[in-house]
Amino acid sequence: MSLQQLLLMRHEWILIASVLILLGFELNFSEEKKSNSIVVAAILFAIVTLVGFLPAATGSIFGGMYITDPLRILMKNILNLGVLIVFLQSGSWLRTKINYNRVTEFYLLILTSVIGLNFMISSGHFLMFYLGLELLTIPIAAAASYDQFKSKSAEAGIKLILSAAFSSAILLFGLSILYGASGSMYFQEVKFSVDLLQVLGFVFFFSGIAFKISIVPFHLWTADVYEGSPTNVTSYLSVVSKGAAIFVLILLLVTLFEPLRQVWQQVIYGTAIFTMTIGNLFAIRQQNLKRFLAFSSIAQAGFILLGVIGGSALGMASVIYFVLVYVFSNLAAFGVVIAIEENAGKVNMDDYNGLYKTNPRLSLVMMLALFSLAGIPPLAGFFGKFFLFTAAAEGGYYVLLFIAVMNTIISLYYYLLVVKAMFINKNDLPVGYFQSDYFTRVALSACVVGILVVGFYSPVFEYIQKLCFNYFNL
Amino acid sequence: MNILIAHIILPALTTLAIMFARTQKQVRAIASGGMSIQLILSFVLLYFFLQERANGNDAVVLFAQSYSWYPSLGISFDIGVDGIAVAMILLTSIVIFTGIFASWEVDKLYKEFFISLIVLATGVYGFFISLDLFILFLFFELAVIPMYLLIGIWGSGAKEYAAMKLTLMLMGGSALLVVGILGVYFTSDVEGARTFNILVLGQHHIPIEMQRIFFPMLFIGFGVIGALFPFHTWSPDGHSSAPTAVSMLHAGVLMKLGGYGCLKVAIFLLPEAANEMAWIFIILTSISVIYGALATVVQTDLKYINAYSSVSHCGLVLFAILMLNKTASTGAVLQMISHGLMTALFFALIGMLYSRTKTRIITEMGGLMKVLPFLSVCYVIAGLTSLGLPGLSGFVAEMTIFVGAFEHNDIFHRVVTIIAISSIVVTAVYILRVIGILLMGPVRNEAYHDFPKARWFEKIATTSLVVSILIIGLMPLLLSDIIRDSMGMIVDKLVLK
Repeated sequence: MSLQQLLLMRHEWILIASVLILLGFELNFSEEKKSNSIVVAAILFAIVTLVGFLPAATGSIFGGMYITDPLRILMKNILNLGVLIVFLQSGSWLRTKINYNRVTEFYLLILTSVIGLNFMISSGHFLMFYLGLELLTIPIAAAASYDQFKSKSAEAGIKLILSAAFSSAILLFGLSILYGASGSMYFQEVKFSVDLLQVLGFVFFFSGIAFKISIVPFHLWTADVYEGSPTNVTSYLSVVSKGAAIFVLILLLVTLFEPLRQVWQQVIYGTAIFTMTIGNLFAIRQQNLKRFLAFSSIAQAGFILLGVIGGSALGMASVIYFVLVYVFSNLAAFGVVIAIEENAGKVNMDDYNGLYKTNPRLSLVMMLALFSLAGIPPLAGFFGKFFLFTAAAEGGYYVLLFIAVMNTIISLYYYLLVVKAMFINKNDLPVGYFQSDYFTRVALSACVVGILVVGFYSPVFEYIQKLCFNYFNL
Repeated sequence: MNILIAHIILPALTTLAIMFARTQKQVRAIASGGMSIQLILSFVLLYFFLQERANGNDAVVLFAQSYSWYPSLGISFDIGVDGIAVAMILLTSIVIFTGIFASWEVDKLYKEFFISLIVLATGVYGFFISLDLFILFLFFELAVIPMYLLIGIWGSGAKEYAAMKLTLMLMGGSALLVVGILGVYFTSDVEGARTFNILVLGQHHIPIEMQRIFFPMLFIGFGVIGALFPFHTWSPDGHSSAPTAVSMLHAGVLMKLGGYGCLKVAIFLLPEAANEMAWIFIILTSISVIYGALATVVQTDLKYINAYSSVSHCGLVLFAILMLNKTASTGAVLQMISHGLMTALFFALIGMLYSRTKTRIITEMGGLMKVLPFLSVCYVIAGLTSLGLPGLSGFVAEMTIFVGAFEHNDIFHRVVTIIAISSIVVTAVYILRVIGILLMGPVRNEAYHDFPKARWFEKIATTSLVVSILIIGLMPLLLSDIIRDSMGMIVDKLVLK
């Protein structure tokens, strides 16, 4: 195995290197200086992200276990952007007193999870895929229970690990059936056909992934885990981990499970309707903003399925583009929630009443983020949603499209509730004025730029679409 | 630079400048200055347009420009105007110009107020100039959303309820539009690359089964904002809770997006289904017309009176469009302009009266003619326009519509036309009732004598609207010719089988 070949795994190597570097720093920092790793981790990950964008060779190694191509690199880069923003936003939380002696550990856990995520996206073998998925999830369960003095945090950790283990078991069961039916675990070698056993295997496999994306009816863990986890972990879960699972799902559906297209289109048709509707209806009643965003992210996953169902190049492009938009929008919303939680300790919607009076900038960021999530022009979310709808219409799914657009109205209603709280409702004791720390401001500005620019700057979508067309024509 | 692009760049620059303004005075100066230039620009546009036509340029749209945006999906920033769009742009400029002066005294979060107001206007301009369905839809939604904040923050009464209701209903309409637009995009038999361009789509055929599905979606989608019965319920609540300038802009211009969209998108792109299904919507619009008028008679709140009469008048716009002939459709556009000016004048005056009397209930007021002669005379002019007095713009519009409607000589059209015409009588009832109670008679309250006279900014706002109404009333051919010219493209497609 030559060096050239090993360099195909560039994303993973540099992540592993940064884990080691961070560990090295951690050993040399004195007790009081632990918080330095916040800066080191941010810089390291900025380098990781930048290196990801450099042009790279493509191909496969380990006999097809590991695949890399321009599309997969793009996916990794989009998720890296999300992780970078999460890192920047977690600075203020890690500087708090209770975290003084465990700053680096947070970054190590997330970085490990990102390594798993990268391997999962690049996997060319079912076992590789499974290993990546586990490596993605298990460190997050540890991170979810990071707040040692909050019982809810411990609860979140346990819930996450139990439901992850459960979904893995289902997934593995599906994989073993698929292996039995096709005789191979290499993606290149398996050839599926529509028969009962393979459909059964696919359904188990899909359920396993659906847990990760929190597609209804596999969403029940979401709200509790999102609420209990530290908000930085929640934002990682809802954006990066979910995005990765969606990417893998669409990659596998259009290649590996192409012969089962009839089957998975029906499965996705049903789950998409339930995911959108239930996510939206439950979001209306939420008072806690973390739970609110949890249900909103379930509903968004339902919208994403609209791009998946057509199984076309346009659909794939719209899904990837939407995830990019979603990274910016959702992380901006979480960024504001984190800032308010850190400075005022409040996460309820009532606490946001009158926020515009005291913190106009944060309110504006929140408004932009929510409008983008709701799909209001000229923000990026509008373009993202419109392209998803286009993909669904391309496949002729007009009824599904109709249900989806009706759902956008429901979602607009509850997003407007937050806007109303910030701008219209009166409050005698609003959250006081505060200045966020430097990293948070950088992260929020990056999100706002993303929300404002990605839609107008059409080459982004055109580039994604070109890659998707190439992927389909291979 | 293309004059059409200037129409959306200028408001954008104005909002940007307002962001950096410090005092209320600066904000007012920038807003009024920017919108004055915009008004001049619109007149220049009209002048250029007439010039081009006089020089024999008979292209369907003028000042056309196309910038590729999302080439792989066939989305491009296609702009261009025909006579209808020029007329609507002119209307928008007049209303936003007067709206700025009518909201001169907003002092709560004034910066944000003017920014939202002008963003809303930008959306409207963009809507009228775009020739690409995607861009059109983008601007449509852009015009709807600032409404929520404008009503929610600066409104009065049950503002939060009204703002939410209005936003959700209008967005519900635009949700139907998404389905309709994508349906048109994918089912039209354009060869090669697909496109959102309205003119290109208009030259191609869409299978009739598909037209039957998507025509109602597009028509209702636009109809919601045009106050089509039974989707009009946002209008009374929304208009009565909104601050003055927002009511003006909303009833004056935004409701016209509905009629314009129905005409230029729904009917133009799906003519066969329009022919087939027109009767359903004719019934609905006749209900709008007569129900709106009757509901007005029993209202006592000035804003509700105007809101319900807007439902009636805008119903007449959609009614005329559905007559599917050149005369009636021309009348529809004239009615849009006439109603836009008139209702803006009404709402401006209501705002000015309210700032003095602190009530909008007509039975609590009386004899205003003696204490506020200037504003009262303007109110009477607006009222007379509303009931269609010759010499004012309302007469021209309604006359054209009913002449067009009578071109159909079957029983159904005759009956609905007579029903619609009878609304004029009801209009006379409620207008004269309001004028009688509100303006005539003895002065109800001694304190009324201390009312400040009309101030300069109030005079600017009302005078420019009154003048516009008179010009259209006395010289209707000025506009109706250019509108009629452009109507050909749409109506010619309707002559089928």
